[in-house]
Amino acid sequence: MDSQLANMMTKFNSIRRAFQCSLLALAVITLAGAGDPASRFHDLGHQLMCICGCNQILLECNHVGCPDSDGMRTELTAAVTRGDSDSLVQQAFVQKYGPTVLAAPTTTGFDRTAYIVPFVALFLGTGLVVLVVRAWKNRPAPAIADGLRPLRGPELEQFRDQARKETDL
Amino acid sequence: MATIGSFALLIALALSVYSFVAGLIALVLRPATDDRARNGRAANHDHHSFFSYLISMLRQGNERIAETARRAGLMVFVAVLLAAAVLVIAAFNNDFRIAYIFHHSNRDLDAKYKFATLWSGQEGSLVFWSLLLSGYAFVLRLRYKTDPRLFAYASVILAGVQIFFLSLVNFAANPFGLLEGPLRADGSGLNPLLQYPEMVIHPPMLYLGYVGTTIPFAFALGALIMKYPGDKWIHITRRWTMVTWGLLTCGIFLGAHWAYSVLGWGGYWGWDPVENASLMPWLFGTAFLHSVMMQEKRGMLKVWNMWLVFGSFWLSLLGTLLTRSGMIASVHAFAQSSIGGWFTWFTAIVFAVFIFFFFKNKEHLRSEHKLESLISRESSFLFNNLLFVLLTFTVLWGTWFPKISELVQGNKVTVSGPFYNRVAIPVVLLLLILTALGPLLAWRKTSFESLKRNFMWPTIAAVIVMIFLMIAPPSWGGPFGLRPWVDISYFYSLMALGLCVLVTATISSEFYRGGRVISDKTGQGMFASMVQLTHRNTRRYGGYIVHFGVVVVIIGVAGAAFNQDKEQEMSYGDKMQIGGYTLVCRSYTDEEFPNYDVEWAVMDVYKDGKQIDTLTPERRFYRASQQTSTLPFVRSTLKEDLYLTYEGLNQDTGHPILKAHVNPLVMWLWLGVWIIIGGTALCLVPNAPSFSTVPVAKRVERPATATPVPAGD
Repeated sequence: MDSQLANMMTKFNSIRRAFQCSLLALAVITLAGAGDPASRFHDLGHQLMCICGCNQILLECNHVGCPDSDGMRTELTAAVTRGDSDSLVQQAFVQKYGPTVLAAPTTTGFDRTAYIVPFVALFLGTGLVVLVVRAWKNRPAPAIADGLRPLRGPELEQFRDQARKETDL
Repeated sequence: MATIGSFALLIALALSVYSFVAGLIALVLRPATDDRARNGRAANHDHHSFFSYLISMLRQGNERIAETARRAGLMVFVAVLLAAAVLVIAAFNNDFRIAYIFHHSNRDLDAKYKFATLWSGQEGSLVFWSLLLSGYAFVLRLRYKTDPRLFAYASVILAGVQIFFLSLVNFAANPFGLLEGPLRADGSGLNPLLQYPEMVIHPPMLYLGYVGTTIPFAFALGALIMKYPGDKWIHITRRWTMVTWGLLTCGIFLGAHWAYSVLGWGGYWGWDPVENASLMPWLFGTAFLHSVMMQEKRGMLKVWNMWLVFGSFWLSLLGTLLTRSGMIASVHAFAQSSIGGWFTWFTAIVFAVFIFFFFKNKEHLRSEHKLESLISRESSFLFNNLLFVLLTFTVLWGTWFPKISELVQGNKVTVSGPFYNRVAIPVVLLLLILTALGPLLAWRKTSFESLKRNFMWPTIAAVIVMIFLMIAPPSWGGPFGLRPWVDISYFYSLMALGLCVLVTATISSEFYRGGRVISDKTGQGMFASMVQLTHRNTRRYGGYIVHFGVVVVIIGVAGAAFNQDKEQEMSYGDKMQIGGYTLVCRSYTDEEFPNYDVEWAVMDVYKDGKQIDTLTPERRFYRASQQTSTLPFVRSTLKEDLYLTYEGLNQDTGHPILKAHVNPLVMWLWLGVWIIIGGTALCLVPNAPSFSTVPVAKRVERPATATPVPAGD
């Protein structure tokens, strides 16, 4: 049983290492691919909101005669053409239009909690489920009346197989 | 007319109050026969005071009181139906003395939209809500013989909820309020965005889903209060939840389709608070439909299921509070008013009542079995529930975060698509993995070897497809050429598509293995065997079909990574290139209709030099409301949608501005919804009787017997 567990742990560690390497490689390749002005305009334009009150992403605002979106797009084009960094572009928009111009909270200050809380909840929830599973596994089996012996091991498996065959299909 | 409507609503409220009070009295006082049996002689000495005499009389008439409460509850439906009918008739009669009709209708409004006036504004939609609630309650009260005592509890709880909604329409949002001053010649008209055929179906579906969450809640709370013995209530609740869930699914996707077809921004889901409000009870309901199996099969998760049922109902109330109070900024300006305070109090009261009875009777909800292994169907359901609840929490958190930010740092922030893409997509991918794993896990315990054996081929299939999608040339169009290093959205799409293959393969293997067994036993063909297999366990295989529908929906969503758009001013003969298409402006013109004026363009579509279609996107100006609305033209194929919006005329040049989108795989999304609905309907079909292929005598001869394990779901 222990050797099986050790084997499983070794396999799990190898898989984890392979996964980490893949993620690292992916991150390097992803960062290497960024930088094309058209794709930067597209990406940044989807991180900003139109401020006319339509509550739409800047590049998705489709009002003809919208008092804001055309000007904002022109500003974005100019900033990308100048070669301003993403954070500089975002800061400039925030300074001019206020923090609601960003389509999502930033990853600084209190805004960071927007991203942290769901993942903290995921980890806490996973921990809780694991604790529940452990507690349930360790719970004593319900008592059987008339001194009958609880079935275990291959005998139990045999009955389970029989039950599955007879009831599942 | 208005007087009849107002009177009907008042009668409905009075009947609800009677149904609640009389029903409560009947439940609190034990049946007279039981009482005599229990108390014997003691009951004879209780007649010393008038009060005890009254109690005694009430106890003797207990059954009659309960019956009057039930009948009063039935009549609530008739009264609310009358009020709703009066409102619709007033819309058809152009009765603009009624303020609600004046604000939401006009003379030239199409008949179907006059009917939809009922749910087009705050007051009417609350009447509609009350109508659906009393309709559900009507059905429940008619079917009371299924389990009279449980249904009596549920009926009282429903009457309590009805009192709230009927109080709202009687005192806070009366739809029959009259306009002061001279009679208006015409109404202000219906919001143009709502003048679309789907708007006649979408709100009723969504409301049926929302309101439907009340029924499982009523049963659950009733069962908790009365410490219901056994699990019959959970079977009843599950069926109601499934119907509600199916209707909510229809409502949500009809809303998405409406947004895609009317709003003209080329998307179908904007993570707006109103959309989120409908998603939250749906996610909780989905979690419940999974975890309820644990209670049915293994007597586990009783507390958790109680909370999920309560959560679905409570979240639908919270969603309504969000969408109608103006508490959170939303593009859906529809129906904002001052009823937020009423909803806040009601959600608080509901919460308090539930908490009280939960802590009072929670001992009744003990699990009957222990968990035997981490690799089992039970633990997969636990993790599935964790992810659904987490997803709900994420949506709730994102919806409220602007408000929280305002409270903490003094300024609002926007929480839109990019936030949810970062936070929710990883959770959805994890859910897909569980969807693939789930069917391969047996109840109680699965050996690692058997899991590996069953999982190997689906995994290989998924990896092959992912490699193919990655190395295929991008010129084939989305989703081919999915290089995950180009963009994080490509990475997510690739993962999603790979996992979709994995889920499809595991579901198919389940059908195949089951079909093969039946085919071997009966000699039928494989397809006939699989049909028979499905018919013999509709819930299990219907569930797999729902999972397959979800896979198809996710394929549709994954296509969004390849969306392209282009905006251009176009004169006669001008061309626009997008994706593999060439759009040529043949003409543009305007026209007048009774209810609106329209501007539209005629665009010829060419692909590989051949004309393949002609599209006519339009923009309408509704005279009554003085508002405009776009009506995009969508050319849908399985591969991609060509979506064309007429944005308006450039005032300087007089030429139209058109915006074209190429959205890959969107049609899969709508196909997936049909599959989900089909699967849900199948789950509601009773199982065909199972035949035995083993002779009875042979069974008797067996040396040992085992308790049959129910078929997995």
